[in-house]
Parts: sequence; C-alpha cells; structure tokens
Amino acid sequence: MSPEELGKANGILIVGETVDGAPVPLVAEMLALARRLIGSGNGLACVLVLGDASSSATREIVAAGADRVYLTAYNETDLYASDMWLEAVRNVLTRFAPDLVLAGHTSLGAELAPRLAFELNLALATGCEALSKEEDTFVATRPCFGHKAREVISLRSKPAVATVRARSIDPLEPDPGRTGESLVLVLDEMNTSTSPRVSSRTREDTGEGPSLEKANVVVAGGRGLGGPEGFGELERLAECLGGVVGASRVACDLGWCPHSRQIGLTGKTVTPALYIAIGISGASHHMAGCGNAGAILAINSDPEAAIFKEARFGVVGDYREIVPALVRELAHFKSRQATVPMDAP
Amino acid sequence: MRIAVCIKEIQNPEIAASVFRVDEERKQVIPLEGMPLVTSPFDEQAIEAAMRIRDAGVQCQVTVLTFGPESAKAAIKRALSMGADNAVHTLDAGLELVGSTTVARVLAEVVKQSGPFDLILTGRQAADWDAGIVGCGIAQLLHIPVVTFAKSVQIEESRVVVERVLDDGFESVQTSMPCVVTISNELGEPRKASLRETMRAAKKPMVVQTLETIGLDAAKLRSEAECLQTRERLFVPHKNVECDVLLGASAEELAKQIVSKLSASRLL
Repeated sequence: MSPEELGKANGILIVGETVDGAPVPLVAEMLALARRLIGSGNGLACVLVLGDASSSATREIVAAGADRVYLTAYNETDLYASDMWLEAVRNVLTRFAPDLVLAGHTSLGAELAPRLAFELNLALATGCEALSKEEDTFVATRPCFGHKAREVISLRSKPAVATVRARSIDPLEPDPGRTGESLVLVLDEMNTSTSPRVSSRTREDTGEGPSLEKANVVVAGGRGLGGPEGFGELERLAECLGGVVGASRVACDLGWCPHSRQIGLTGKTVTPALYIAIGISGASHHMAGCGNAGAILAINSDPEAAIFKEARFGVVGDYREIVPALVRELAHFKSRQATVPMDAP
Repeated sequence: MRIAVCIKEIQNPEIAASVFRVDEERKQVIPLEGMPLVTSPFDEQAIEAAMRIRDAGVQCQVTVLTFGPESAKAAIKRALSMGADNAVHTLDAGLELVGSTTVARVLAEVVKQSGPFDLILTGRQAADWDAGIVGCGIAQLLHIPVVTFAKSVQIEESRVVVERVLDDGFESVQTSMPCVVTISNELGEPRKASLRETMRAAKKPMVVQTLETIGLDAAKLRSEAECLQTRERLFVPHKNVECDVLLGASAEELAKQIVSKLSASRLL
C-alpha cells in the first residue's frame, strides 16, 4: 500500500496486553467495542502485541474481532513496560493511522495512554465505560467523583486516546472462522539510557480456583468484618458457592486481605452473577468495582449503610452469626438437591 | 535533594452518593454546604511518601506545589503541618475545570520554574475527576521518566527505587533522577499533622503566584485544550434498585430466607 492508502485505512489500534503469552480478557472486550465503533465502515481493528505471543494467541485475537495483529518482540525483559509500549505504539502509528487508540485501564494502560497523549498532543479520556462515535468525533463516558458522577467528553484529535475499564463491554462470541493478518514489526533499538529498569516482578498469590474477574460468585468483605479473622468465614462461604473472596480498599489497606483482592475504583472490577458484600458500607468508589454484578446481596449491621441502596437483597445483622448459618443452610440446600434423582420425570 | 509534591484541594470524596449533586448546566459539582474541602487522599499519601524518604535519613527539602483557588491555602497548610518545608501556590481562576491536561501543563511549568527538583511526587489520581493524567503529563512535558502506582519509594544512592503496583502483583522499578512517581493507596496511611510542624508551618516560606507571574496565558491554555477535547456533560446516573430486605428472628431463619431468595432468582 502507498502511504496515502495507508492513511485512508483508518480504524482503531488496540493495546493488546498479554499474560503468559495469552491476551488479557480486556483485549476481546476492546475488540467488541472497536467492531461496534467501526460498524459497517471500512476501518480496521488492529491489535498490537508485545513480547512472545503464541500463534494461538494471534488466532484468539482475530477470532475476537481483529482484522490485523501487529507482533513485536523486545528481548530485554528488564525494560519498563510503558516505555516499550510507547515506543511500539509510536512505531505502529507511522504505518497505520487509526482514528482511535484504545488501551485497557490497567497498571500499564493507565500510564501508557497519558504518556502517548502528551507526547503527540492528542485528546485523552481515561477509565471510560462507554465510547460512541458522533459524526467524526469520539465521545467518551467515564465515571468520576469516585463513581458518583459521569462525565461525557468529546475527543477531537486523530487519533484520540482512551483507556477502557474492564468489564464495561461484553466480548463478542469468538468466531474461529474469522480471518485476519498478522504483521511482524521490527523496531529500532530503543534509547534506554534514562529508562526505568525493572529488577523484579512478584505475582501476588490469588489462591486456587477462578480469578476474581472470572468468578461467578464473589464474596467480599470490608471494614465491618472487624479484623482479618472474618475473612476465614468468608472463605468458607465462597467455597460453598464455588466463589472467590474479594475485599474493599479499607480492608486491604488495613492488611486484612492482599491488595490483589481489592475491588473498587483503584482495584479490580468484577461482574459476577452474585456479589455478596459483607461489612461493606457501599462507598461509591467500592461500587465502581462491583456495580455491574448481576445481583448484590448485602449483609451489614448498619441498616443505614449505603450498600442497601445498591443491593437487590439486604440482610441487617451480625455477619458472625449469619455467615456460619448461611454456610450450614447452603450445605442442606445442596444435599437436598443432590437427593433429587437426576432422571426424575 | 529536592522533592516536589503536587497536591490538590477537592470536595470531600467520602460525601455519600445520596447527597452528592451536580450542576448539569455548569458541568460542575455543587459543593455541599458546611462540608470542608480536603486534600485529595492520594496526594496526602504523596506527602507521606516524601516524609518517609526523609525519615529514612535522606537529606531533602520538600516543596508542596498546588494549582488552585485561594482556598487551597488550607491544603498547603496541612502539608506543611505534616512536615513539608515550603510551598508554591499558583492561583487558579477556573482553569482547572477545563481538564487535567491543562493542569498538567501548568504544574509542569511550575516544576520547571520552582526547581530544579530531583523527584516529583503526585497522587495516582485526584479523587475528584479520577483521571490520573497529571503525573504522567508532567513527566512527558519535562521529558523525564515516570513510574506510576507506587506503594513505596526509596532513594538508593542516586536512584529512585519504586515498588509499583501491578494488576496481579508488584514490580520493583529503579529509575534515575529527575523523575516523577505517582503514589497509590497501597502506600498506607498518611501521618497526621505534628504539633511541632504545625507550630512551624506559619513561618514556612510560601510563594503565591498567578499564571501571569510564570508567563502562562490562561486564555491560550483554555483554547488549546478545548481545541482537542471538551466536557459535554456531567451527570449523576440514575439508580433503579429496590432492595428486598430479608427478615428473620434468628440467624438460621435469615439464612433460610437468603437461600430461598437466591435459589428463586436462580443465583445458586
């Protein structure tokens, strides 16, 4: 393609974060958003992947809605992630002129997007939960004031830059028959003389079973638990329900629960079918992480707690009594179910 | 070494959603009467991070920078009472509402003119607009490294060592100075004002300046920002949840109620 044709082949560039070579769930969510924004137009949804992406990862990204995957590898693992990404994105932008650059609102994306926007003087919206296109302008809706309000921003640069909150958009059903191309980028040696260096990375143990983000049931505890011991009780309840334990920011900051379990504005966003909030007051910054759950059951000793304004089911009382009783009742419920013959007419 | 800490005075972020109101016409929050403004909590943690560097035995002068209205003096006073040494207050007459990008441009200029600083600390985001743009913006405008979401910051010889929060853990990052580091809530509780520092605070040097003083043109900054992006709306989303409060005389009865409701809603 000539440079002019390249200029016309606009569309959306997605920052394709991977973990252990596989795309994070946000990539498929952003692709669903990109497909919706491109609509019937002829723009391309392109995903940039850094590092060792397996060919199965590329297939997965194409199946999720990508037209093109840019692959590039840096072999220096101690380089600082947003430095590498900034370099790689700038490189892609010289080959492909998207209307929009999307990144997840993650520890990487939340740093990369503003850096890119300031570097190239672009419009920027962070932590978006919705994006639409009105004529030639992207319009972003993002929570602010601890999730109590929403602001709507029109972004007028080309490209515009936005980060997207996890679980804001449902991914498309993967289509293994979709076709897309993959291009390998060879990048110039980076000038890393002033770059930060990473000396170690530690993954926090998130326990057995499904991750918080994928769990169908989340049992979360807050300040109202009164201490770290309460989380033991919550673990037992989560186990009964095949769920995972999470926590409010206060509970994590008090050291009752690892920070990787934190749900809320500055933690993780979860969308389980059932969210059980125990001893959580329901501050809006917490609701930012669980407000899209299918149903919320709140257990709190304070009948005035804000969580009861957000919950479908509420129980006012002492969790120390209610949770153990609930664990026993669930065991009864399960044994009753188990005794119903599967092939009963 | 010299450390700059950028702070912002905001509406109390803990205001309950039930009393939180916005003026949709003017696209701004309606201040709650009688509710004092506060320092953005992440910025208080940035002050704390600076104090911990000093506690670790590093000789440093800590300068507080803020871009805000006259009232922001109170936030500066609190920072000085926590142990900061001096302050630069750049008065704002409404430019903040234009957006975080503009705030970053102003603060980058302040950092440049009030410096040189070896380390510039900010909160991970201001707890009003929650954008998380300013720290990265300052770094990019000054062409210096930035490390975001720090849970600890230490000085080792001529380098800054940051424990950085990742989505699934932590990483240890080392960077040269000058640099910007943004502080996350994982850093822990900020200290309270000390009596000794509070007594001294009134005597600590504070520069008050306007945008004009530092050669910035507010109208130009506004029009440049609005050329790129504008806030079209600010609103409070409507909630439509009716809570079904379950009742029971004992924990056992409540548990039965919960199980039957969840089961009826196909949630078990």
